[in-house]
Amino acid sequence: METLVYIALFAPFASSLFAALFGMSPKQTFVGIVASLLLFASFCASAMLAFHVWTTGAGIHVTMMDWISAGDLHIPFGFVVDQVSVTMMTVVTLVSTVVHVYSIGYMDHDKSFNRFFSYLSAFVFSMMILVMSDNFAGLFIGWEGVGVCSWLLIGFWYHKEDVSREENPSISPSWAANEAFIMNRIADLGMLIGLFILYWNVGSLQYDVVFAALPDLSGSVLNAAAIALFIGAMGKSAQFPLHTWLTDAMEGPTPVSALIHAATMVTAGVFLVIRANPLFSMTPEVSYFIAALGTFVAFFAASMALVNRDLKRIIAFSTLSQLGYMFAAAGLGAYWIALFHLAAHAFFKALLFLGAGNVMHAMHDELDIFKMGGLKKAMKWTYIYMGVASLALAGIPPFAGFFSKDAIIETAFNEGTLFLWVILVVTAGMTAFYSFRQVFLTFEGDERYKAFGIHPHEMYKYVLIAMSPLAILAVIAGFAQGTFEHFVTKLLPDYHMSEHTHHLSMMLGLIVLAFAVGGIVLAYRKYYKGLKRDKKLENSFTYKLLANQYYIPNLYEAIITKPYAMLSEMMWKDVDMKIVDATVDGIAKFLYKSGDASRKMQTGNLSNYLNWMAVGSVFLLVIAVISAMFV
Amino acid sequence: MIGLTHYLVISALIFSIGLMGVLRRRNLLMLFFATEVMLNAVNIAFAAISHYYNDLTGQMFAFFIIAIAASEVAVGLGILIVLYKKHGSLDLDDLANMKG
Repeated sequence: METLVYIALFAPFASSLFAALFGMSPKQTFVGIVASLLLFASFCASAMLAFHVWTTGAGIHVTMMDWISAGDLHIPFGFVVDQVSVTMMTVVTLVSTVVHVYSIGYMDHDKSFNRFFSYLSAFVFSMMILVMSDNFAGLFIGWEGVGVCSWLLIGFWYHKEDVSREENPSISPSWAANEAFIMNRIADLGMLIGLFILYWNVGSLQYDVVFAALPDLSGSVLNAAAIALFIGAMGKSAQFPLHTWLTDAMEGPTPVSALIHAATMVTAGVFLVIRANPLFSMTPEVSYFIAALGTFVAFFAASMALVNRDLKRIIAFSTLSQLGYMFAAAGLGAYWIALFHLAAHAFFKALLFLGAGNVMHAMHDELDIFKMGGLKKAMKWTYIYMGVASLALAGIPPFAGFFSKDAIIETAFNEGTLFLWVILVVTAGMTAFYSFRQVFLTFEGDERYKAFGIHPHEMYKYVLIAMSPLAILAVIAGFAQGTFEHFVTKLLPDYHMSEHTHHLSMMLGLIVLAFAVGGIVLAYRKYYKGLKRDKKLENSFTYKLLANQYYIPNLYEAIITKPYAMLSEMMWKDVDMKIVDATVDGIAKFLYKSGDASRKMQTGNLSNYLNWMAVGSVFLLVIAVISAMFV
Repeated sequence: MIGLTHYLVISALIFSIGLMGVLRRRNLLMLFFATEVMLNAVNIAFAAISHYYNDLTGQMFAFFIIAIAASEVAVGLGILIVLYKKHGSLDLDDLANMKG
């Protein structure tokens, strides 16, 4: 079993190193194939581990080596495979394998094909460390690794020029990569403080030791640790106000978006909250805040998705919204439901992104859905895949999203937080509307792309086949709800609806369903026939507010980026150039000048040298005498 | 009565004369003489202090210095002869060919 753990963990690493060997050479297809096979091996190992954990009901704990051992600080390089981590491992490796195969087709014409696979596998490896580590330090390493790899991948097309915000809200890939990295860094500081607080008070970073010691800690310490850790989670999972990087990260290649959104990055924050559930269940105020923030983000992101015209950004906003749902569930104490939604969401969101990648490929990197339409003739399979994924996202039975999202909304009702419940239900309707607005505008109606001289074509067949597991899971994953609950609640606290809620569950489900169907019908009526643009609506204040993401990116630029740039320029021109550099230059100039002056001593005349020697001796003598007098 | 002080004063005077010779003279041969003068000034001081402390080490040192000065002169004069044969002069102002 230990071997399987190491295969699951290190196969992506081996894949990354292998691809890195060819990083500088031109495209070689076998690099992609080998990487995909290694990822598949990792997936198989994870699946076998999942089966093992399922049958025995016990986790596997391995310690590879002592990592840090200094004074009282002992951090082993240990990995734990239990119900939570094995779920994550399986989901992550499955999605990653599909994304790897997909990338062989998608990155076909890219000259940095090999480099791309190296980064992609490193990304998966970091995520595996993150989910498998048995202590917070290992988690943090994976956390940072994920951050670095996301930076590399979002900025993969670093050579693209910067453009203005009006033309492209994310300016350029390198800008978006830096934004993602810096925002995550801010949140990571919170995370690090959380780890320090825990270590300070417990004296260990091992999960089991920390969680066992929690009851002895005072309330304020627990609250501080929970808040600090949640700030870390907010950055990785792009919760308000650190959310802008997620949509800008769409600058990366589409497989990367699929990976970031479905498997390897944004779910890390939710995973942290689920993993640290003993801590969060002891801090009800913080948990309630998490739920409230999650609900807010769910609504907030969905509202921005309503009017966006960028295919990938709409999906990105929907991820943000679904992450909000997950946090709402985790904040309300329904950890297993959050994990369930995480897994279900991973399948259909990856599918949605890969479908969007197909559309992009067909449309020659055009992302504006107003310029598409009627693509169903050329791209039947992509239409089916994206349709299925959107149905799952909208929460239509029997697709996966229905079960998981419905459970979250029911939880909100069950907890008596009716306000959250109302918002979540409304958001479900909005989700359905924007997903189908996107699907209809892309695939149905008049063929607007013809005006741009584009001839769309379907993606390669093997890519479509590789996407099928995700489509199947997006359909059937919901039926595994009972089994899943039984499986993970061996580790996570069980959460049951009260008798009262149980009684009403049918009706609650119908309300949600009514909203979802209503959203779809609205989208159908407005967009199925074709795009009819309503100038009055588009010029209204609300529309503009939403289309500009509530002007938050502009606000950040005005109150943070610009003053910071001004401050930096002032520091550079006034402090650095005039004080620091001037001092250093002054020393150098003094040495040059004194050298120039004293060069005249070198006359070549022995007599002069002897005179200087005498002067020096006298000087030394004087110093010796003076120092003798004072000592 | 001639005491230690007198010897040291005379030693210092001779040393200064030697030093002035080293500083002011331009002829290499004269420089040699001047260094010999300085060495002998030090010898006087050694001998006098040695006597004062009733310790023979200082006088032994003086002998050593005489021996080393003799060998130094032997080597130095050899070099001087070569230099003179090469340049036809021992004036330091004419020998300044290592200007920096």
